[in-house]
Amino acid sequence: MDGFLAIYIVMLAAFTGYEVISKVPVILHTPLMSGSNFVHGIVLVGAMVVLGQAEGFMEQLVGFIAVVLAAGNAVGGYVVTERMLDMFKSSSKGEK
Amino acid sequence: MNLFVEIAYFAAAILFILGLKQMSSPVTARRGIIWAGVGMVLATLFTFAHPHINSNYLLIIVGIAVGGGLAWKTGKEVAMTDMPQMIALYNGMGGGAAAAIAAVELIKQHPMSFTVQLMAVFGALIGAVAFSGSLIAFGKLQGIKQLRGAIRFKHQQRYNAAVFVTLVWMAFGITTSSTDYGMFTLFLFFALALAFGVMMTLPIGGADMPVVISLYNAFTGLAVGFEGFVLDNPAMMIAGIVVGSAGTLLTQLMAKAMNRPISNVLFSNFGETSGEAQEVTGSMKAIEAPDAAIMMAFAEKVIIIPGYGMAVAQAQHKIWEMVKQLQERGVTVKFAIHPVAGRMPGHMNVLLAEAGVPYDIIYDLDEINEEFATADVALVIGANDVVNPVARTDPNSPIYGMPILNADYAKNVIVVKRGQGAGFSGIENHLFFADNCRMLYGDGQAVANALIANMKEL
Repeated sequence: MDGFLAIYIVMLAAFTGYEVISKVPVILHTPLMSGSNFVHGIVLVGAMVVLGQAEGFMEQLVGFIAVVLAAGNAVGGYVVTERMLDMFKSSSKGEK
Repeated sequence: MNLFVEIAYFAAAILFILGLKQMSSPVTARRGIIWAGVGMVLATLFTFAHPHINSNYLLIIVGIAVGGGLAWKTGKEVAMTDMPQMIALYNGMGGGAAAAIAAVELIKQHPMSFTVQLMAVFGALIGAVAFSGSLIAFGKLQGIKQLRGAIRFKHQQRYNAAVFVTLVWMAFGITTSSTDYGMFTLFLFFALALAFGVMMTLPIGGADMPVVISLYNAFTGLAVGFEGFVLDNPAMMIAGIVVGSAGTLLTQLMAKAMNRPISNVLFSNFGETSGEAQEVTGSMKAIEAPDAAIMMAFAEKVIIIPGYGMAVAQAQHKIWEMVKQLQERGVTVKFAIHPVAGRMPGHMNVLLAEAGVPYDIIYDLDEINEEFATADVALVIGANDVVNPVARTDPNSPIYGMPILNADYAKNVIVVKRGQGAGFSGIENHLFFADNCRMLYGDGQAVANALIANMKEL
C-alpha cells in the first residue's frame, strides 16, 4: 500500500479508537476490554491467508499455529464478552 | 484482491467500529458484540475466497476447529470470577498469532519494501511480547504458585533493559539486511522477544495485572495492525489500530484511577518508598453478624463496597439477596465501585451484574464519594486498599494520592474480612482501626448468609 495512504489510515483509525472509548462508563471497562480483545481476533483472516500460501513444513507448521491461536482469540473473545454483557440488566423491569 | 473479499472486509471494519461504539453504553452493549461478531464471521467466510489462498484448505479448517473449539469450551465453562485471566489468555493468543504471521513472512525471505519489513519485524516483536507476557499474567491470576506476587531479583531492570536494547538492535538489523538475515538470527530474535515478555511481566504484582492485561491488549491490537500492513489486509489494519489506540486509552484511564503513571506500574518500585509509615492508633474492634444485621436493617442508607474478596468468596449472589431484604425494609442501598476494585476495572460490575444487581444502583467513585457522609452504614466486603485513608493522609505511603472511596466518612463502617492481615499491597489499613469501624470476620459468602438469616428474624 502507498506509504502516505497507510499513514492516513493509521491516523484515522487511531482517532476512531480513541473517540469510541473516551466516553465509556467505568462499569463497562471490562466488557469493553474484552470486546476489543475480540475485535483483534480479526488476525484470523491474516493467519488464514498466510497458511493458505505456506509451502514446506516449517511455513505450514508456523502458519497452522497462527490459525489455531487466532481462532482461539476470536472465538474465546466473543464467548467471554457475550457472557459478560448478557448479564447487564436494568432495574426497570419489562425492559429487555 | 477479489471484489467480494474487499466488500466483506469493508463491512467488517464498519461493524467492528459500530459494535465497539455500542459497547460503550450498557443499554446497547449486547447488540454491539453481536454486530462485531457478524463482522468477524463475514470476514472469515469471505477470506476463503481470498486469491492468495490456494492450498492447505484442510489445515485451515482444522486449525479453526481446534483453536475455536478449545476457546469455545473454556470460554463457556469458566466461572465469572475467572474472566480476567481468560481475557489475558485469549489476548495472548492473538498476539502469538500476529507474531506467527510475521514469522512465516520472514521465513520466506521474500523481498519486502523497507517500511513493510519494518512493520513485519516490529509487529513480530510486539506480538511475541504480548503473547508470553499475557501467558504470565494468566498464570499469576490463575494463582499458579511459582508466579504469584512480584518476582524480583537484583539488577533485574538492568537485565531487562539490556535484553530490550538487544531486541531493538536485532530488529533494525533484520530490517536493514533486506533478505540477508540468517534463520538462526531470526530464531534468536523470536526466542528473545518471548523471553522479554516473560521478564517484563514477572516483577509486576497481581494488583497491577488489570493495567498490564489492558496494555498487552493494546499491544496485540498494534501487532495485528502492523501485520495487516504486511499482508495488505485493510480489515486487520483498521481493526488492529482501532484496538491499539482504544486499548492505550483504556490503559491510561486505569493507571490514572490508581494514580500511578504506566511507567511506574511497569518498572515499579512499589512498596519501596522511603520514610516511616504513620503509626496506627487504636485497635481493631470485632462485631458479630446479629449486631451487624440490626445495624443495617434499621439504617436509612447503606453503601456497599465490594472488592476482590467478594469475588474469591463468590459472595455476589448472597450479597444481592441481602440487599433485596434491606430494600424490602425501605433501606436505600447503593453499591460503590472503585475503578480498580478486583483484578480488572469493572470486574466488580460484571460480578454484580451476574448476580442480577441492576446497574442503576451501582455507582462510580466520583458519583458516590460525597454520599458517604450521609450514609448510616458503609459495608466493605473484601476490599482493602481502595478504602485505606492513608491514601489521603500519609505522604510516605506507597498509595498516597490514589483516589479512594471515603468509607470512613460514613457513620458506621462494617468490614467483612477473612483475617487480620494486610491487603494485597501489604499496607496496613488505618480504616480498620478507626473508632466508627467494626470488623466482621469470616468468608464473604458465609457472612452474607449469616446476615440474611439474622435479618429474617428481626
